[in-house]
Formats: sequence, C-alpha cells, structure tokens
Amino acid sequence: MKEVINLPVKNIEEEEYHINMGPQHPSTHGVLRLVVSLQGEIVKNLKPHCGYIHRGIEKMCEKDTYPQIIHLTDRMDYLSAHINNHAVCLLVEKALEVDVPERVKYIRTIVDELNRIASHQLWWCSFGMDMGGLTCYFYGLRDREHILDIFEESFGSRLLHSYYTPGGLMMDIHPNFQKSVKDFIKYFRRKIKDYDDILTGNIIMQERTKGIGILSKEDAISYGVTGPSGRASGFACDVRKHHPYGVYDKADFQEILGTEGDTFTRYMMRMHEMRESMKIIEQLIDNIPAGDYSAKMKAVIKLPAGEYYQRVEASRGELGVYCISDGNKTPYRMKFRSPNFSNLSALDHMSRGVKIADLVAIGGSLDYVIPDIDR
Amino acid sequence: MNFSIYDFTSFNQWIDQFLRAHMPGFWAVAIEMTIIGLAILLFYALVGLFLVYAERKVCAFMQNRVGPNRVGPYGFFQTIADFVKLMLKELIHIKNADQLLFNLAPFIIIIASFMAIAAIPFAKGLHAIDFDIGILYVIAVSSLGVVGILLAGWSSNNKYSLIGAMRSGAQIISYELSVGLSLVTIVILAGTMQFSQIVEGQANGWFIFKGHIPAFIAFIIFLISSTAETNRGPFDLAEAESELTAGFHTEYSGIKFAFFFLAEYMNMFIVASIAATVFLGGWMPFHMGGWAGFNHIMDFIPPFVWYIGKTFFVIWIMMWFKWTFPRLRIDQLLTLEWKYLLPINLVNILIMAFVVLMGWHF
Repeated sequence: MKEVINLPVKNIEEEEYHINMGPQHPSTHGVLRLVVSLQGEIVKNLKPHCGYIHRGIEKMCEKDTYPQIIHLTDRMDYLSAHINNHAVCLLVEKALEVDVPERVKYIRTIVDELNRIASHQLWWCSFGMDMGGLTCYFYGLRDREHILDIFEESFGSRLLHSYYTPGGLMMDIHPNFQKSVKDFIKYFRRKIKDYDDILTGNIIMQERTKGIGILSKEDAISYGVTGPSGRASGFACDVRKHHPYGVYDKADFQEILGTEGDTFTRYMMRMHEMRESMKIIEQLIDNIPAGDYSAKMKAVIKLPAGEYYQRVEASRGELGVYCISDGNKTPYRMKFRSPNFSNLSALDHMSRGVKIADLVAIGGSLDYVIPDIDR
Repeated sequence: MNFSIYDFTSFNQWIDQFLRAHMPGFWAVAIEMTIIGLAILLFYALVGLFLVYAERKVCAFMQNRVGPNRVGPYGFFQTIADFVKLMLKELIHIKNADQLLFNLAPFIIIIASFMAIAAIPFAKGLHAIDFDIGILYVIAVSSLGVVGILLAGWSSNNKYSLIGAMRSGAQIISYELSVGLSLVTIVILAGTMQFSQIVEGQANGWFIFKGHIPAFIAFIIFLISSTAETNRGPFDLAEAESELTAGFHTEYSGIKFAFFFLAEYMNMFIVASIAATVFLGGWMPFHMGGWAGFNHIMDFIPPFVWYIGKTFFVIWIMMWFKWTFPRLRIDQLLTLEWKYLLPINLVNILIMAFVVLMGWHF
C-alpha cells in the first residue's frame, strides 16, 4: 500500500519569492548582490552578499610601505579618494609625531571639502537616476566636471589622486588653484538651485521619500550608521566637529542634524552638506598661509611599535584606520572601518515592509560605494 | 479632376474610378486595401524611426548634451543604423520560457498599435477607415496592447519581467478609465464619435477653446492618463530600469526587442494624434472669429502640416514629462487614478453636460 504523504499546503498569496538584485543591476551602483524576499511587491527581508569586488586591500597593506598604502586607499571609496588618503597620512603623522606645516593643513582641508562636494554631486546624480529622473544625472556630472578639472590642474589626475603623502603633499598647488576654486564656488552656488528645482521640490520625489525607510537614532547608533545618513537620524557623528583634524577647528560650519531619519531627510542632509562645504572652502581659500608643502620626512618611514587609530569624516561617514605596527617599514596589520559597510548593514532593517521601488530609493539615499564595502 | 494638398477626397475618388474602370470591383478593392496597408506600414516605420531620433534629440537638449550627431546630417540616420543593428542581432533563446507566448507577445503589441493608427484622420480625405464609432474603436484597440505586455512578462520566466507585467496590467486597466472618460467629455460636446465629424466640428474653433474650462480639464487628464497608458515616464513602472532592469522586455533581444521599442513610440504617436484630433482640431487650421485675413493665411498651411505640428507638440510635452519627473511608485500611481483623476473626471463630465445643455460653450 502506498504511503500518503501530506505536504503542507501553502497559501499562494502568502508565499514569498526571492529575487537577486545584482551583482549586475542598474541600481546597486556596483557589484553588490542583494537577495530580496518579496511578497508581491513588498520587501520582506533582504540579505546583502558582499565580496564580489574584494581585492584584499587590508592584506596588501601588510606588504606595502606607508607611502604605498596611500595609493591603495584611493581604490576603496574612489569618490572620496583624498579623504581616504588623509586618514592614512594623519595616522602616520600621529605615530611619528610630525608637525605638519600650516599650509598643508589648509590645502588638505580645502581639497577634502572639494572632494566631498564632488562625491555628493555624483550621489545626487545617481539618486535622481534611482528615482527615475534621468536628467539629474547629467546636471550633476556637468558640475562635478568643474571640480575634476581643478583636481587635474593641480594634482594631475581626476579620480585617484594620491595627492597627500605622509608629512605633506606630493607637490604644491597650481598657481590657478585659488582662482579656479573661487570661480567654482560662485558657479555652483548658482547651479545648486537647479538641483532643488528639478528634484528636491518635485512633488513626486517628496511623496516617494518622506516617511520611507525610517531609521531611528537608537538604531543608527547601534548599526553604526554614520555620515549624512546617521546625522539624518539625529546621531551627532561629524568627526570634523567632534574630533577636528586639519583646520576644521578654525572654520565656522554647522553640523546639521535631522530628526525624521527617513529617505528625504538623508537626501536633505547631503544637500545641506554641499552648502556647508562651500562655506568652509570660502572661509579658508583666501587664507592659505605661505610655507612648505611638506614637512621633512625620512626616506624610509618606520612607525614605532604600537597600535594607532585615526578617523576622518569621509563623504559617506566615518572612516577609521586602525594600524598595528611592529616597528618595521610595513604595518603588521591594517584595518579600515569603512562607512559604507556599516551603512549597508542597516539596509535590511530600513527596508522591511516597503515596496521594491522604495528599496531602490533607500539604497540611493545611503549612497553606498561597493569597493569601499568589500575593500 | 484636380489634385490638391488641401483635400485628398478627389484624389481618392480618382484612384477608385481608375481601378474600377480597368478591373472587376473585387480586385479594385483588394488593390486599394493593399495600397493603404503598405502606405500605413511605411508611415508607421518612418514615424517610429523619426520619433526615436526626436526623443534622443529632445532628451539631449534637456540634459545639456548633443545627442546623436555622427551618422548622417545631425545624426539623422542614427536610428536607421540602430534598427539595422537590431535586425542583425541574435535572438537569444530563453530556457524554460513559454515559446509560443514569448514569440507572440511582441506581435500582439505591434498589431494593437497598428490597428489604432487606421482610424486616425491625417488630413481631409486621408483617412483609412472612418468609423462612426471611431473613438470607441481606438480606445478598445489601444487597450489590446496590455495583453501583449502581460504575455511578455508571464512567458519570459523571469521575476523582474513578471513584476513589470503585473504593474503594467494594473496601470493600464486603471488609466483606461480616465482616457475613456476624458474623451467622453469631448464626445458630449461634439455630439459624435466619428473622427471626421469631430474634426469638422472644430472648423470654427478647436474643442479645447470651445469647451473652455471642462475641455481644458479633460485635456490635462487625457495627457496624464495617456502618458500612463503608453508606459512612459514618469509612469514607466512596467520598465522601471532602476528597479526591474527592463521590466517586461528584460529577456527580449534583437528584432523582438525592437518591436517593443517601436510600439512604445507608436503608442505615443497614437495618443498624441488622438489628443491633437479631439482637443486641438486635428488637421483643422487655427481660426480666429472675425479675422478673415488671418484665417486665410492659416488656411494656406496644408492640413497635414497642421496635424503633424499639433501631434508633435503633444509628443514634445510627453517627452518633457519623461525627462523632467522622477518615477512614481505603484501605489501612488493607482491612488492618483482612483482617488483623484477618476472623481475629477466624473464631475467634469457633469459640468460639460451642463455647459452643453445651457449652451455656454462658444
């Protein structure tokens, strides 16, 4: 006699199905794979799968000297390359107790802020594109081009600069630098109004982002969501303000905090941050002191044995560099606390119960850069 | 016998008489139908190619770009080159796809748009079929396209395609109502559903001016809902490339993809022609009451030019929408239809009926 097997009958309406967003997908901004459980259009949960662009940067650091490591950090969050370089330079300078010339600090701060604006411009482009507004992309790229031109003029490259070296800069700024930066600020103050016209003020965009993907302050802290995304939830986490480096303590700028923690607030945080960055640059650009562009450094840099940690405010959040040195010219262990990795961890929490279109918008508002997640 | 670009009726009669004089009536009708079919097919292909080019140029204009400018003067032959490329491309065989439905879907979509174009009057006498229920026919036929989209999404065996098709189904069925009701508003004013008579009725004033407030509201609703019905941005949820890669046509390649592509532009052309015909007077020139000299100059412009001009004006507005607005979410899209457009539309019909009853129109 045949045995009758009673299979559990599933209600088709309650059944979940999975889709793989990525590794090749237009809105994951790179080779990130999200396994999304859907019920109809509603996201039940999602699992990010990282590692598609893992290059072992932390392991490679163990074989490289400190000036060489700087070139690797460019390749993590390539949109804030200068800021990544800054973190390693500050770490080495802190360990060696080098006094960096004032001129270097000013230039580094200005260039960091320019880099932050360029990064936020590209975020704005891709966020607009995630929302379906394709014109945003070209508006943002048009303006980003001006910053890249300034970079090219002064540092010789447009994306991966490696301009900072331990103790100073690779070369002095171009004579035109100050003038071009001032021209850009004047230009961008005018153009940022276009951004508000085409996207911020749009009723469709506001309806789609307000009240979506809410992250409370407690959750932001426990997930370690930093940068504009964390500040949107009211988490005061601006390293520039609370642990100043460079000449941020001399500049007058605001740490803007949001209260809602939704996608729209995260969007507005970055828009405000672009304006704040322009304010910082305007205060510093005319006051760059004369002097050397680098401190005197030894040809071979060896850090004294010990553990060091340095953090900076990258354009997506707090970038931490942790280094154990055993006194050699290469570090014993190098660990990067990348902002995107922590920000991505909150994506599952934020996107439960929203529609698949909102998931894309939330992802866009977190502004993840995949090479920084995988390193 | 006199040919004129202002009136094609005598030309049509001349062809008919010529054919009937030389062969039996059955063959004459067969040859006429073949000629009309070929003419529409040619027109269809040319307009489709031109619209793809136009969209690229318009979108380039809005995005600070140049657009196509390499192939031919001002890149005019770019779309032809693209079309040749698409025809030569391999048709990728999808495993576990429902082959019959998968291959059928692009044809359903393209036939639906092809059928709708038959009822549209391009100029006086330049009109394939003049149904006395023309508007009803066009609404019915243009909504057939959704069958193709649903089939494409279902048979592709791809979850993205399925989500896109389901969205599209919900969207088109909802917005069909608004398209129909906004046209009904004008049918009340015109008193007929026949396209030729609707155009004739606008000889001394387009309906958008004649029907003033209710007609204008109906025009706006028609623009919104017809953009949604053709799956164009900001209502392109069925494609939604940032969410669903390419929605219902993710798995299509080569010439089958080109069919979807072409059908999308032709649907846009069809709804724009209906908007131009019903609201903006079709091929009727712009006339001002009492300005005889001005009206004579306007009459001098051929009707076909008027028709094309108005149609492309509407198309341009739809492209402007697409390249300016972000995309809606599916629940917002349905809310917009069922909670806003439909009630407004129903009230608007009442207003229009009242206006017509009291004779408050011009």
